[in-house]
Order: sequence, then structure tokens, then C-alpha cells
Amino acid sequence: MAEKIKAAIIGPGNIGTDLLMKALRSALIEPVWMVGVDPDSPGLLRAAEMGLKVTAGGVDGMLPTMKADGVQICFDATSAYVHAENSRKVNEQGALMIDLTPAAIGPYCVPPVNLKDALAAGSSNVNMVTCGGQATIPMVAAVSRVQSVSYGEIVATVSSKSVGPGTRKNIDEFTRTTAGAVEMVGGARKGKAIIVINPAEPPLIMRDTIHCLTDDEPDQDAIRKSVDDMVAEVQKYVPGYRLKNGPVFDGNRVSMFMEVEGLGDFLPKYAGNLDIMTAAGLRTAEMFAEEMLAGRFSLPTLASV
Amino acid sequence: MDLRGKKVVLHDMCLRDGMHAKQHQISLEQMKSIAKGLDEAGMPLIEVTHGDGLGGSSVNYGFPAHSDEEYLKAVVGVVKNAKISALLLPGIGTVDHLKMAADLGVTTIRVATHCTEADVSEQHIGMAAQMGLDTVGFLMMTHMIEAEQIVEQAKLMESYGANCIYCTDSAGYLLPDQVKERIALLRRELKPETELGFHAHHNLSLGVMNSLVAVEAGANRIDGSVAGLGAGAGNTPLEVLVAVMDRMEVNHGIDLYKIMDVAEDLVTPIMDNPIRIDRDSLTLGYAGVYSSFLLFAKRAAAKYGVSSRDILVELGRRRTVGGQEDMIEDLALDMAKARGLI
Repeated sequence: MAEKIKAAIIGPGNIGTDLLMKALRSALIEPVWMVGVDPDSPGLLRAAEMGLKVTAGGVDGMLPTMKADGVQICFDATSAYVHAENSRKVNEQGALMIDLTPAAIGPYCVPPVNLKDALAAGSSNVNMVTCGGQATIPMVAAVSRVQSVSYGEIVATVSSKSVGPGTRKNIDEFTRTTAGAVEMVGGARKGKAIIVINPAEPPLIMRDTIHCLTDDEPDQDAIRKSVDDMVAEVQKYVPGYRLKNGPVFDGNRVSMFMEVEGLGDFLPKYAGNLDIMTAAGLRTAEMFAEEMLAGRFSLPTLASV
Repeated sequence: MDLRGKKVVLHDMCLRDGMHAKQHQISLEQMKSIAKGLDEAGMPLIEVTHGDGLGGSSVNYGFPAHSDEEYLKAVVGVVKNAKISALLLPGIGTVDHLKMAADLGVTTIRVATHCTEADVSEQHIGMAAQMGLDTVGFLMMTHMIEAEQIVEQAKLMESYGANCIYCTDSAGYLLPDQVKERIALLRRELKPETELGFHAHHNLSLGVMNSLVAVEAGANRIDGSVAGLGAGAGNTPLEVLVAVMDRMEVNHGIDLYKIMDVAEDLVTPIMDNPIRIDRDSLTLGYAGVYSSFLLFAKRAAAKYGVSSRDILVELGRRRTVGGQEDMIEDLALDMAKARGLI
């Protein structure tokens, strides 16, 4: 069997468990630890049944043996409030942190757009932005790599059941973080993000609309091709990522209408917003793992953020 | 119906909900003259922002002629007695917008969520209440759920610090008995000191009637719009409501002739189209669709050659909620494709 990079997942909730199920299929990542804080959490019990080492003592419960267990990559699927502390601790043990919380202390990473930059920068912490950001920023980038985009706007519509209490308590964080990444990663000079929550039953599949305003008249053929190429890139890790309609051209406006269906590993298929986060997190880890296995990315040289 | 002596606070919407009907293009001069007229007529509360609230400026909802800051500054400067309110939809606007509005002199913040999603309003309602603002929790599309569920959501908003809860008929769909049931249960279940409001759209011509029913059932704040200027077939036409309340001896505090003059001389002349119950706005009320979808559906229909009524009925069938304007072009494209038009 080919060598794999060992990983730990912090946070045994819905996201952490879905990530675990995806990681168990990975050719490059081997999940070995699940870290929680509640000994009765079903996610911890499930991970233990799957043969992972588990602790309910938080990151501190894993730290003493983490190095000996060979953990080189950690995923944080907890909350923004505890992320910074978790990240500091695992970085000290020489492990890379992939942040699925909105804490955003490390650089934003949207795999098909800027993962290579994150690799090149040797970051010890990368942030996966938000679900809406993962679903839409590739499309903003698909336009901005063709011609300059003065304004990028994304509208993410998600089912009520797929929005957890953390997001609900701080929905401004979603709009701010996503808008910031539309600029920094998407390449729009000004970004705006809107989230709409819909309680319909059966739950609607995540849908996303992306509007770009270009400085000059849109080069329709080049943008169509760029968008199709980018959709194919995202489909490599989220097969249910679909361009439903568009690009629609209306003056300098370019609009794309997307649907994101999840794989349905642990989370339901309609929750494409959560699936794209776990898939993007794993995709990021795999790209780092490839570099690590090839000896091009050695942990002791990790720069602190 | 005996409403004699009941005290009602009226809240004008023409400079906020009316922005939908004007595609957010009301000029600063128009805002100022209408606000001044309303103030002189005794209107206690006037809402001013983009139609979709603070931060609504976007491709999705439309770019306004001026920023929220510019509108608020202009209006706050011309009113003597009226208080100015601002709407905020979490997911669109943020607490930064809220602070900006308060700094400019807005004293009432209305935090609006879909009727089942009150828990996204905690940080905004909490902040507004903490700042000492008149803080309103505004539950939209309340025709989509039962009265008991509305009460649960209203209690969440009350617990975050809202001193007033609105039951909003965003689609203009509710029948008088449904309004009565919702308001009466809210009145029974919320704290006695929590105020209760009702916001109508006139799509089934029930704005005035439903507002009276709401007052009878325990609401003390009523939204409306001078000359009805608002999304869909507009809001409850305030000058009409005032005339009716006058005859019913409701204590509303408005000068009837002055508000009639504002409607006739200032608001009606700025309308792009008459605010009336046409085929499409009637469809909103009949199919239970968010009223500000109206002009988007008309434009998509014209662009893609499908019927706006078909678009609106389908949006209702899919149980779309406020804010999903982006769905309209997407759906029109699907319909045009299915019919071989593109």
C-alpha cells in the first residue's frame, strides 16, 4: 500500500464526521485521530468504532502522542472561538492546520483557485473561507482570469436544515468573510456576499448565483470556456457541482447560476454547502500530502502564520 | 368592529418598501419633500433605506440612486417630530450598517428574517437593544406557517431584546381570519409590554381590512404607505386607512387632509407605474409570493418570452422566500429552455 500522510480531525460533529468518511477513502490521507470535548458525543463513538484514536479532552488530549502517532495534518471543524488556540498547539507539534471554521487566521484557500499559492507560501494554517465562498469564488476567479472584474457578488441559498447554530449566531461573519475572499481570492476589486436561508421541505439543494461586473465588454467566448474549465476543476472533488444556467451576459454583467449537490456521505445530499467545505478541506490536505510525500514540503520548515 | 379610542402608531413605508416599486431610484429631493410632508401630517415613524434594507444595494436587488447613508442623512435633517426607522435583513446587511444608521440618527431598527429563521437575528437585535434603540423583530412571509410556530419565533426575537414584534404579510396572502388568529395568539403569548405590529401588502385588496382586524386583535403598530407606494400592489394605503380609522374613532394622530395631499401631490406623481392590483400583483397574493419579486418577474418574462404569471406561480409552488430574487432569472431560463425558446 502506498504511503499516506496521517491526519487528525478536531470536532466530531456533522462536518467532522462527513470529513472523516471522505478521508477514509483518500489515497493520500489516513485519518488516525478524532478529537472532541464530550465523551458521549456520537461522532467520537463512531470514529472509535472506525478504528481511530479518540479523546474527549480536546486538542490537549491528543498532544502528548500526536508526534509519535505521526500526525502531520490537522483539520479543525470546531468553532472560530477556539480555533486560534487549537492551531497554535498543533503547529507547535509540527502539523499543518486546515481551518474549516470562519476564524480565518491563515490565508484563504479555495483549492482550484489558489491552493498552489498556499503551498508555495509554506503556510502552517490555511482557511477554507465559507461554504458559500467555496461554491462561488471559483466562478468569480473564472471570470477575473479572463478580464478585470470591478465587482463580484455572490448569493448563496441554503436549506434551513443545513445551517448550524454557529453560523446562525454570527451570520455577519459569513457575509464579511465571503465578501473579503471574493476580493482576495476571486479577484474582484469589490466583493459582496448575500446568504438566504430557505426552510422548504423537502430541503432545497444549495444554489448559488454569481454576478460579476467587468470593466470592459465581456469576452463571451473566453469567459464561457474559462467557466466550463473551472466547473470541471471543482467537479474533481465535488461531483455534484453544476452550472445550471449561464453565463448570462447583459451589458457588463456576467451571471452564473449554480447548484451544489453533496455526495451524501454523512450529511444529506441537499447539504452541498457543507459537503463542499469538507471536500475542499480534504482536497487541500491531499495537495499538501502529495508535496510532503514527494519531500518538497517538510514540516520543520513551516513558517508560522 | 369597535375600535373606538384604541391608540395606533402608524409607520410609513413609501420611502423603503416604495423603493421596490421605484427600482430604488427615489431622488434625495423626493425623499426630503415626502418625509417633510409626512412629518407635517403627524406621521410618527418613517422608514428609509434601500427596499431590501440596509446593505441591499446589489446586482441581485438593484443598485439604488443613492446610498443608505445619503438617504438617511437627507431625511433625518428635514423632519421635526417624526422618528426615522431602518430595516435590516441579516444575511444582507450587518451590524456595521446598523451602527452607521444609529450614528446618523435612526432611532428604530427593524430586524427582518423569514418567519422560521428568527435565530439569525440574535446579534443584530441584541446590538440594537443594547444601543437603546427601539428594536423591532420583523417576521416575514407569516402566511407560510401556523400561528403557534410564529409565536415560537417571536419569542426568540423577544428574548434577544426586541421590544416590538411584527407579523408581516409579505405576499399579501393572508385572509382576515388568519390575521386575527396570528395577532391574537401573539398578543396572548408575548410579554404584555412587547408591542405588536402588522405589515400588509394590498395584493388581494385586504390591506385596510386586515390592518383593522390586526388592531382589533391587539396590534398597536400598523405599517402602510402613502398612496400605497410599495412592492407588489403596494402596502396598505395610509391615507385610506387614516380616513377609515377617523370614522371608527381610532386614536391615530394623523391629519387626514394633509396626508391625502402628500399622497396626491407628492407620492403619486413620482410613480413609474400606477400602484394597482394588476394580473401579476394579484398572482402574488393568490399564490403567496414575496411582493418585491413582481418587477423582477415582469423583466425576466419580457427578456425570455415566458409568462410572468407562470414564473410567479412556480416561485410560490417552490416555496421561495424573501431575498431569492436571483431565482427568478434562473427559473425563467429553465422555463424558456423547456419550451424551446432558447
